Amino acid sequence: MESDDEINSFHTSDDEGMDDPDSDLSNGEDSDVEDELEEYDGDDVGFESQEKIGKQQKKPYEVDFKVYSPEDIQRAQQRTVDEVKGVLQQSPEATAILLRSFRWNRDKLIDAYMERREAVLEQAGLGDEASSGAKIMTVPGFCCEICWDDSPEMQTFAMKCGHRFCVDCYKRYLTTKIKEEGEASRIRCPGDDCSRVVDSKSIDLLVSEDAHDRYLELLTRTYVDDLENLKWCPAPNCVYAVDCKIKPRDLPRIVPTVHCDCSHEFCFGCTLNDHQPAPCMLVRKWLKKCEDDSETANWISANTKECPRCHSTIEKNGGCNHMTCRKCRHEFCWMCMGVWSEHGTSWYNCNRYEERSGAEARDAQAKSRQSLERYLHYYNRYANHEQSAKLDKDIYIKTEKKMTQLQTTAGMSWIEVQFLEAASQALQQCRQTLKWTYAFAFYLARNNQTEIFEDNQKDLEFAVENLSEMFEKPVDQLAGLKVDMMDKTSYCNRRRIILLSDTAENLKNGNWEFNVDFDTPR
Amino acid sequence: MLATRRLQKELQKMHAQLAPGLTLVKAEDLTEWVLDMRVLDDNPLYTGKTFRLKFMFSQKYPIEPPEVIFVQDAEHTIPMHPHIYSNGIICLNILDKEAWSPAQNVESVCISLQSMLTGNDKNERPPGDEEFVRGNTRRPRDINFYFHDNAV
Ligand SMILES: [Zn+2]
Ligand SMILES: [Zn+2]
Ligand SMILES: [Zn+2]
Ligand SMILES: [Zn+2]
Ligand SMILES: [Zn+2]
Ligand SMILES: [Zn+2]
Repeated sequence: MESDDEINSFHTSDDEGMDDPDSDLSNGEDSDVEDELEEYDGDDVGFESQEKIGKQQKKPYEVDFKVYSPEDIQRAQQRTVDEVKGVLQQSPEATAILLRSFRWNRDKLIDAYMERREAVLEQAGLGDEASSGAKIMTVPGFCCEICWDDSPEMQTFAMKCGHRFCVDCYKRYLTTKIKEEGEASRIRCPGDDCSRVVDSKSIDLLVSEDAHDRYLELLTRTYVDDLENLKWCPAPNCVYAVDCKIKPRDLPRIVPTVHCDCSHEFCFGCTLNDHQPAPCMLVRKWLKKCEDDSETANWISANTKECPRCHSTIEKNGGCNHMTCRKCRHEFCWMCMGVWSEHGTSWYNCNRYEERSGAEARDAQAKSRQSLERYLHYYNRYANHEQSAKLDKDIYIKTEKKMTQLQTTAGMSWIEVQFLEAASQALQQCRQTLKWTYAFAFYLARNNQTEIFEDNQKDLEFAVENLSEMFEKPVDQLAGLKVDMMDKTSYCNRRRIILLSDTAENLKNGNWEFNVDFDTPR
Repeated sequence: MLATRRLQKELQKMHAQLAPGLTLVKAEDLTEWVLDMRVLDDNPLYTGKTFRLKFMFSQKYPIEPPEVIFVQDAEHTIPMHPHIYSNGIICLNILDKEAWSPAQNVESVCISLQSMLTGNDKNERPPGDEEFVRGNTRRPRDINFYFHDNAV
């Protein structure tokens, strides 16, 4: 397993990682998350971990990852090309095309190339010989098949395949592909029915600088897209990629939250915002449910009931009590939930309330009401934390302004007001965690572990509300509350670590039982 | 403008000479042309019938493909083919951005469509034709009930 150094290099994105010959970015090796998970073995969570706060100690819910800049990625790509081109005896351009066609799996490429060279070249669109040597020239009697122009002085270009077009048309074609269609590694020769891929040397020769920049950017994109251990940070405008070894099949047992250098925290498994302690499949199911049930949630106070036969939710949309379920066509009475046919013509003055069919239906109704209420119990808490995190942030922004004023008027130093930012961050982070504990709890089946989980949840909830209350105090009181607030901030952080550590340990060991089946990834 | 120059040249050539089975019906401007097409063999599915094609060109033509559809009117039907939807939309890879070559032109597209018909012996529409065609019209919403599964 990795050394402590490895753990310490956690949040860095410096070049060391990239020049490291064992760097994961140079791809290929199938790492095993078992190692990753083994390290968490042992029962040293709980109190011990509280004392380790502040040190660079890897916690049970943390995973190893590295953050790479576009330059890092460019270099890694270049290095792979340099290594492979000698083995294949190909130009760097052709090697890059070949690697891309093998999704940057160099071992697979080299094996395939050795075994069936012609087929591999053909498949990559490189025809027989890959060294292009193409140049711009004029050709007597030439007519361009794209613009249908035949001016004698016209500059023309063709790759090895011999499909020759005027430089203007070629350029226009490539520029459209790159800038408008976002293509880079799979642009084909404009010739009809030609599958040759336009290599980067030809692109260098033909397109303008800005299209060329975009081309390189897109190539870098495909490199990251192709590799399973690399993912783009999903934050808007962020240019970094994250390298993490967690594979889809590991996701039921681990929630791989990573921190980009842009400060965005996201899940490497599904690229959504950090959702610890809930595993990805649970998150997917929960979000789907919230989406599906968003209307249901609003209906709770409105006129909604379930079809007594198929349990579809029915909304009453008019004054008539004669309802027909759109799904199963069951006809029933809105008032008593009884079968409509038993009503005769007295529908406007329902007198069937005590009838058996109605009583049974009301029982079923009660049951499903209960299940809806259970959902709403968790949903409301989930939504509340989402909302509160936003409010806390707003408060912080307002407070920060006032504190800046305080700095000048009350002579407080910048360092002295930093406790507020720490408190604000703790609140947001803890609420993010709490939010997901409610989705987690919704799907959790009761067993020996659930009580500890609920206690941890309650403790964190309490700590957060305490701090949040203090945070809302008027600015002139804040300076006096500094020590207390710092204590409460670190208490919140500790409670969060305890909760996350406990859930992550149990998730890893398969100790949680859920009341639904999640679609497990491949 | 490349599209204008190219289309003018194509038009010139088509006025002078056009492949057998093709007739230029309308090309009043350089954005939309109408052509009629007959198959050249005696395929019982299409023989004796004339089909009408509409070409729509963007400013990016011929770098980008034209939009081509079969048109239905009093005299023309949509040819029966497993790659032609009953609303005239054609599923042909060369008309797709990915596979389109700017070295293609209106006449060559027509010839491709001709041979697409010639080579076909299936008197059928693409799978999912009904849904696809219906998908293009607005789905009438049920005004009486909303429903959904309440399964947890
Ligand atoms: Zn040209
Ligand atoms: Zn070619
Ligand atoms: Zn980022
Ligand atoms: Zn996830
Ligand atoms: Zn029903
Ligand atoms: Zn009734």
